Amino acid sequence: MAKKQVLVACGAGIATSTIVNNAIEEMAKEHQLDLDIKQIKIAEVNSYAETADLLVTTATIQKDYDFPVITARSFLTGIGVEDTKKQILDALLR
Amino acid sequence: MNDFYFEEANILLNLEAENDKDVLVQMGRNLQELGLVRESFIDAIVAREEEFSTGLPTSTISVAIPHTDIEHVKQKSIGIGVLKNEVAFGVMGDPEETTPVKVVFMLAMDETHSQLYLLQRLMSIFQHNTMLTTIAQEQDKAKIVRLVKSELDVINEGGEVTWQKNKY
Repeated sequence: MAKKQVLVACGAGIATSTIVNNAIEEMAKEHQLDLDIKQIKIAEVNSYAETADLLVTTATIQKDYDFPVITARSFLTGIGVEDTKKQILDALLR
Repeated sequence: MNDFYFEEANILLNLEAENDKDVLVQMGRNLQELGLVRESFIDAIVAREEEFSTGLPTSTISVAIPHTDIEHVKQKSIGIGVLKNEVAFGVMGDPEETTPVKVVFMLAMDETHSQLYLLQRLMSIFQHNTMLTTIAQEQDKAKIVRLVKSELDVINEGGEVTWQKNKY
């Protein structure tokens, strides 16, 4: 199976996406998933539209994409983390 | 983390503000007066907040973590603002919603990738109810400095901090 490409995006691509990025790396390790994780600004999502399998973001998405989009605010607040992780895992294992 | 600056002067208590922009301007001005950020920082952080809101409802009080691009920052730092009255901030990732924010952590980041530990420790403050409510209520800035520093110092002393490994 080809590596799944996961986009991790926030407004600036420097702060909250770093937290989310790390959380997904931990998840990948835990579940032995070989992922291609790209940490980007939300404005850059379009340039990965052809290759991405999943977008995890703390910013708002106004556009529809062919891949699932998961909001990851829970990684910052600690509320609902397990739900978010499950959503991400489900999307990756699909 | 040696060049991370955080002292009593970074903290504004009983901050009175009309709206989120007013909060950002007052806090940004404080960081600028401390020489930690460039003149362009205030406009940049206001613009960034308008585009990407940073309010975060936690399990106790709502916080906001306004930040902007690294080129507006001179020295890595954070400002803490405890608001006299809660002010509505847009919710991160959900700008149609607002949340009544009580404590604002203004991030002044000077590097793109070396800030993970700092951010993680800050997030652990958000997720630690007692600490967050203490910051919201404490009137002694020295105590807040000690509290926040002790939380952030884990970075220096403990080496790698694993995500979600809750030490409480």
